[in-house]
Amino acid sequence: MSDIARNPERDLRDTGLEQAQLTALLLRLWRTPDGWLGSLTSVDHKVIGKRYILTAFAFLVLGGLLAVLMRLQLAGAERKMLSPDLYNQVFTMHGSTMMFLFAVPVMEAFAVYFVPLMVGTRNIAFPRLNAFSYWIFLFGGCFLWIAFMFNVGPDVGWFAYVPLSSLQYNPSKRADVWAQMITFTEVAALAVAVEIVVTVFKQRAVGMTLDRIPIFVWAMLVTSFLVLFAMPSIMVASTTLILDRLVNTHFYDTASGGNVLLWQHLFWFFGHPEVYIIFIPGTGMVSMIIATFAGRPVFGYTMIVLSLIATGFLSFGLWVHHMFVTGLPQLGASMFTASSMLIAVPSGLQIFCWLATLWDGRPVYRTPLLFVLGFFAIFVLGGLSGVMVASVPIDMQVHDTYFVVAHFHYVLIGGAVFPLVGAIYYWFPKITGRMLSERIGRWNFWLAFVSFNVAFFPMHILGLMGMPRRVYTYTPEMGWDNLNLLSSAGAVVFAASFAVLIVNVILSLRRGELAGDNPWGASTLEWATSSPPPPYNFARIPMVTHRDPLWVDSGTLPVVAGLSVERREVLLSSIADAEPHTREASPEPSIWPLLTAIATTVFFVGSIFTPWAVVWGTPPIAIALSGWFWPTGSKEDEG
Amino acid sequence: MHKSSGQMVFWLRSGLAVAATCVLTSCTGWQSSFNAQAAQSEEIKRILLIFIAVSTVVWVAVMLVLLCGLIRRRARREQPLDISEAFEHRAGSIILLAGIATTITVLALSVVSYGAQRTVFANDPGTVTVKVTGHQWWWEVQYQGDSPHLSFTTANELSVPVGQPVTVQLESADVIHSFWVPSLTGKMDLVTGQQNRVQFTAKNPGVYRGQCAEFCGVQHAHMAFTVTALPPDEYRRWRDHQNQSAPSPSDPLGIRGEQLFRARGCGLCHTIRGTLAGGQLGPDLTHIGSRETIAAGTLPRNSGNLAAWIADPQHIKPGNLMPKMSLRSDELIAILHYLEQLQ
Repeated sequence: MSDIARNPERDLRDTGLEQAQLTALLLRLWRTPDGWLGSLTSVDHKVIGKRYILTAFAFLVLGGLLAVLMRLQLAGAERKMLSPDLYNQVFTMHGSTMMFLFAVPVMEAFAVYFVPLMVGTRNIAFPRLNAFSYWIFLFGGCFLWIAFMFNVGPDVGWFAYVPLSSLQYNPSKRADVWAQMITFTEVAALAVAVEIVVTVFKQRAVGMTLDRIPIFVWAMLVTSFLVLFAMPSIMVASTTLILDRLVNTHFYDTASGGNVLLWQHLFWFFGHPEVYIIFIPGTGMVSMIIATFAGRPVFGYTMIVLSLIATGFLSFGLWVHHMFVTGLPQLGASMFTASSMLIAVPSGLQIFCWLATLWDGRPVYRTPLLFVLGFFAIFVLGGLSGVMVASVPIDMQVHDTYFVVAHFHYVLIGGAVFPLVGAIYYWFPKITGRMLSERIGRWNFWLAFVSFNVAFFPMHILGLMGMPRRVYTYTPEMGWDNLNLLSSAGAVVFAASFAVLIVNVILSLRRGELAGDNPWGASTLEWATSSPPPPYNFARIPMVTHRDPLWVDSGTLPVVAGLSVERREVLLSSIADAEPHTREASPEPSIWPLLTAIATTVFFVGSIFTPWAVVWGTPPIAIALSGWFWPTGSKEDEG
Repeated sequence: MHKSSGQMVFWLRSGLAVAATCVLTSCTGWQSSFNAQAAQSEEIKRILLIFIAVSTVVWVAVMLVLLCGLIRRRARREQPLDISEAFEHRAGSIILLAGIATTITVLALSVVSYGAQRTVFANDPGTVTVKVTGHQWWWEVQYQGDSPHLSFTTANELSVPVGQPVTVQLESADVIHSFWVPSLTGKMDLVTGQQNRVQFTAKNPGVYRGQCAEFCGVQHAHMAFTVTALPPDEYRRWRDHQNQSAPSPSDPLGIRGEQLFRARGCGLCHTIRGTLAGGQLGPDLTHIGSRETIAAGTLPRNSGNLAAWIADPQHIKPGNLMPKMSLRSDELIAILHYLEQLQ
């Protein structure tokens, strides 16, 4: 397969080659094979990143349609559009889809695409694992949605509290589908987290010391560690739930000494960091966009990075605030009040740094910055209502009401989706080579910003007026009709704002203005290569001498030479100082990650029907993994 | 013609009734955190207002700084990396101060919160203890008096004396529910295999609505209840009345209703004290005739609603655990007549 296998003596390097010859050789070496079969073997982080982003957005659209259905049902009292059984499936599917199939994957997808470009390397670490991760994510998401189409959609909430999700109260396969979907998405998320950590630690361009790493990369590094430490908790939870349901263990069976609050501890030990897994990448995007459109480096780089790390640590110490009304000891609960409120400090510091950047910079009001400004208004409000729900007595009133629904939509849509849409406008030119329409972008922003607030602000009031969450209807005498109608109207328009985004993407793909390498005049390495980037990312690996390499006024970027042009190679560097260490082979395209993912899917899906699937499902996976890791005769293992 | 005009009157009347209730409830807010009617809910409302005020000030301040930062006039910057040392230094100091202010604010709010928490959870020796057990999708209510003959069971409607601390012990018969009457105090979960408690002291007489606040399955939305706060002497009268067994029916239709109630198996799930009906799966119906609502706060109790409910409970509250009984209309009338006598 690789030249080196056939001709081990030859060792052609990029050192003395002409640019044209070099790019031709690199293109032949790094491109994804032709044809649809070839495309299935791709291990290019950009190809997989794009698939990941598009798939996550498809799930966003599906989850958003469910939200619209719910809002139509709740637009008036005692409406009968959705039956209670269907409504419960719909709100569970909405939450599960948005959290597990959209928010976490889309952030990881952006990292898969951009982290290698931002750190100046040719591919992500463990590219085949990356391909495997995408297929597992895709199959897991399809599994959940196909089950929903067959009326086996989970109906126990995205939190699946026991004993409601136990076999006794949920005898169909619905809760199993939920629990196994978790397994799929967690495997996918853990794989990407490992890749990001290794890419950031070992594959940074020479000279990109720790204090020169772009903030989005820092954010994704912290996020990846959160994934690594939080996800095992939910895997334990979902696995024990499946065991209880499938082979009659008693983890959550109170009659046999099990404990139902154990589930809540395990779930929220994951579930709270989960919020930061979604939000921290959003802050990373905000930092990047603000620096570019304020036209200066973001203020307080060190403070922002330390805030990100502090947020990551603190996020593991808050989970109990989801359980304030379960009858915990009062002093213990109040400790979690203080820790929950304290996480406002690092978030606040980041906001102050961004305000200082905008204050000192010269803001250019393009669509990405508009979405970031919208982020300020919405996220700060959501953060403040978060301080409110951190208080035990206040939480006793607002917990599990629409106040909390309002709060976390302000935090998650404000803190993650607004920066994300800004990031789409910001990086679309890099991914596709064309600009998104600025005119449609402005419509998109104002439509989204106004309708978001119309949809979600009234929910604060509804919650204080006593409207609980997860109710499929309410009686007319409660007096909740008007605000619900207003909220529903806002939700429909908010959904339409995403249609505007999609239209903009489709139109701009065809006839958007050509972008060029660096349309915004940004400072980070992803803008140093062409738009879209070639399969090998950089013809020569850049060398970094400054935190904002493209803003340093020195003409051209210094580069590193000496990498092979006959086999796929990446440059490994030291963790702290990014000194060049060694050349490492990077894997060729392979069909085995897909085959392994299919075998794994059969195993996962089969095991919700019979424990024997664990037995007969294992050999195909072992065979596929053997194919994956079969020695190819190169000097080193391809991994 | 006659029929349609009758219908029109019906729609008109129900329309007026709905309008009237809307106006009335928006005034009283009978399930609102802001309609605080007990010591505990007043304390929560107090700190809620403090938090809202602080949050508003902070939000407005951040937005003002952002706005000023965006619109202020500034010098031209030749190159993005031309950073003024003086600005970096000054902004760094301001941010440090703002960070310290943020820390002090959230710590102060934590202390305020903890103070309120102590008030809300203050453990008064309760003069009235009620045990509430959550079921899918109704509330079993057991009053535990000093002596066994003062203990009785009812469902979905509690009454409490004004001015006396009431302790509610919370348990679940199946999945997790949450007991929440915003006008009286915050919610507390009914956790399977665990006993929780919550306490409140109603300040004013009135009917306060509550609702299950933890998702508990298909009819979570229709799991409401009311707490009626009564002056102490009225409360004692209510309690003594509830404590009595059901009166035996005296008229032939009522007697037939009682027989049918047993013959059709209603008594396998429902208890009517003083009769052979002793089922434990559904609500106690001993005094169903004096309740305000049926089906856990879903419908006002009147003959029409009660008949509709008995005829087809699945139509009104789909998925609830009461099966549809195939009753002839005369049987239905007899059972209805009997139940309405259970005052």
